[in-house]
Amino acid sequence: MTAEITTEKARIGAPSIAGFTEEGEALVPAKVDHSHNHGVTVMSSRAERLTSFDVADFALPTGREEEWRFTPVRGLANLFSDAATDGEAAVFTVEAPEGYLRGSLAQGAAPRGSVLTPADRAAVVASANTDEALHVVIPADAEPAEPVRILVDGAGAGRRSNAHFVLEAGANSRSVVIVEHTGAADHNGNLEVIVGEGAHLTVISVQLWEDDARHLGQHDAQVGKDAVYKHIAVSLGGSVVRLNSNVRFSGEGAEAELLGLYFADAGQHLEHRSFVDHNVANCKSNVLYKGALQGKNAHTVWVGDVLIQKQALGTDSYEKNQNLVLTDGCRADSVPNLEIETGLIEGAGHASSTGRFDDEHLFYLMARGIPEEVARRLVVRGFLNEIIQQIKVPALEERLTEAVERELAATNS
Amino acid sequence: MSTLEIKDLHVSIDTEQGTKEILKGVSLTIRTGETHAIMGPNGSGKSTLASTIAGHPRYNVTGGTITLDGEDVLAMSVDERARAGVFLAMQYPVEVPGVTMTNFLRTAKTAIDGEAPALRTWTKDVKAAMQQLRIDADFAQRNVNEGFSGGEKKRVEILQLELFKPKFAVLDETDSGLDVDALKVVSEGVNRAHATGNMGTLLITHYTRILRYIKPDFVHVFVNGQVVEEGGPELADRLEEEGYDRYAAGAGSAAAAAAVQA
Repeated sequence: MTAEITTEKARIGAPSIAGFTEEGEALVPAKVDHSHNHGVTVMSSRAERLTSFDVADFALPTGREEEWRFTPVRGLANLFSDAATDGEAAVFTVEAPEGYLRGSLAQGAAPRGSVLTPADRAAVVASANTDEALHVVIPADAEPAEPVRILVDGAGAGRRSNAHFVLEAGANSRSVVIVEHTGAADHNGNLEVIVGEGAHLTVISVQLWEDDARHLGQHDAQVGKDAVYKHIAVSLGGSVVRLNSNVRFSGEGAEAELLGLYFADAGQHLEHRSFVDHNVANCKSNVLYKGALQGKNAHTVWVGDVLIQKQALGTDSYEKNQNLVLTDGCRADSVPNLEIETGLIEGAGHASSTGRFDDEHLFYLMARGIPEEVARRLVVRGFLNEIIQQIKVPALEERLTEAVERELAATNS
Repeated sequence: MSTLEIKDLHVSIDTEQGTKEILKGVSLTIRTGETHAIMGPNGSGKSTLASTIAGHPRYNVTGGTITLDGEDVLAMSVDERARAGVFLAMQYPVEVPGVTMTNFLRTAKTAIDGEAPALRTWTKDVKAAMQQLRIDADFAQRNVNEGFSGGEKKRVEILQLELFKPKFAVLDETDSGLDVDALKVVSEGVNRAHATGNMGTLLITHYTRILRYIKPDFVHVFVNGQVVEEGGPELADRLEEEGYDRYAAGAGSAAAAAAVQA
């Protein structure tokens, strides 16, 4: 028995691609495949993807669209409908120093809409049905001692919730913002992030939903000159979670890091899409998503797009996805896409690997005296720790480590 | 002084064609300080014996016993056997994703000893053992066996043997796939572990080559799931010259005799 593991490489049936290794691709200008399709598939540029504030521009997804082909769209009608929030379907709480919460922004009230334009049906209905977007500003030069927390607590499964948050990190500020999702709801959540010049901002989106929650989200960031932006998506709960984390730049010398950690159980669909748009020269990006899967029909998806535009000279970018399959019956889809319009860059690499923890691994560890449960924990903890240790908020790291252990314990019962 | 005793061991595996008996009554006694070589052609059941001692779930014991100082090894789980002092150096060590060598070695040592090793001496011991086996220091931060060459994997098996200090070591074709230099390094490691005087060794091999570096006290020739001849080190020399052919012929005539009787 083997788990069903698919990668884009396998799907398009390319047996071996010159220059392609597990470690990624070593690109030299002379060898750059500009559309980066290895001559196999024809796909329009990521830059051409439709974005709009008009709900009418986005038809209901059928599952045949490129951006919805992995998602179980049939069950998501409630999230796609152009509908208002169902009463208090979710309670939002902001924990931040005095003055950070600036009230709300109406449709079209700047800076709302300056960075995030909806890119799919879920995001556009969330935007259209959120009259008052929560507006949080970290003042210039501020270095709050504690993370800013935005808590989203769903009031009940199947209840439609729309949200749009606007987050601004002032110039040269240093801060961490945690957006935490608990409870249950059918939640469409947009997050719009403006990172000012020289600011360092870490946004951690934590999905600790109950089992029957569904969550679609678009998180867009624009990173200013010499600023450092880190987005970490941690998805453990919920029946369907689909998060798009997108970033572009407004000045040179900026860095973006998009990280993710997910653990899918039986029947769970956890999907993460990242898009780094290198639209400005001399910026750096790094994308790393790691996921574990266990149980029948546990399904994870990662689609990573990196676009290096013609003017983005000196770009340095890398993206990687790694999955660890713990039991039979899981499916991990992994699609790294790299579009390069200039060869004058520092580096551009991508990699994807899906490994399996099976009876032979277990036998090896047990033959060294390690009990079965410890062996499983050792492997999963080791694998996911690379992301957890990037969080650098000890209390949250601890909570997430415990949450991962609980996920693991569920396998054995 | 410990004794590992195997008595009339029968082992089968499940195949698509049904149950297949691989070990057909094997008896062996190994004591602390002794080195036993098990030699035999491919498919004779040598590796099955090794895996059965360690408790690999693929192998079903249908008869006989394995005891360690009188304790029933067959009743123990895989990890309990390791903690009781049985170590199997595997023929094909698997790559374990997500676990660094450092973390793995410390976790295993803690499990085997029942307490965490003293950090300072442990780090020093690991470093020294790695150096002696000519394993690069950066292996400590790499995942277990991930991307290691065949020879590197075998050296890492012997590293574990030296660090875990088992009562009995079963080496399953540790020599296969090694060049002469690596074979020497690995053999020295086994000899160091043996020289402590607290270990018994069961060396499973197809070739006599490794016996130039590790001297056996006893040699057992394995053919078709049974021990067909036993002797001292001189038996290995004879095998080097004559190969296994004469046993194959003998097995053929025995089968013919059985056919006549039936």
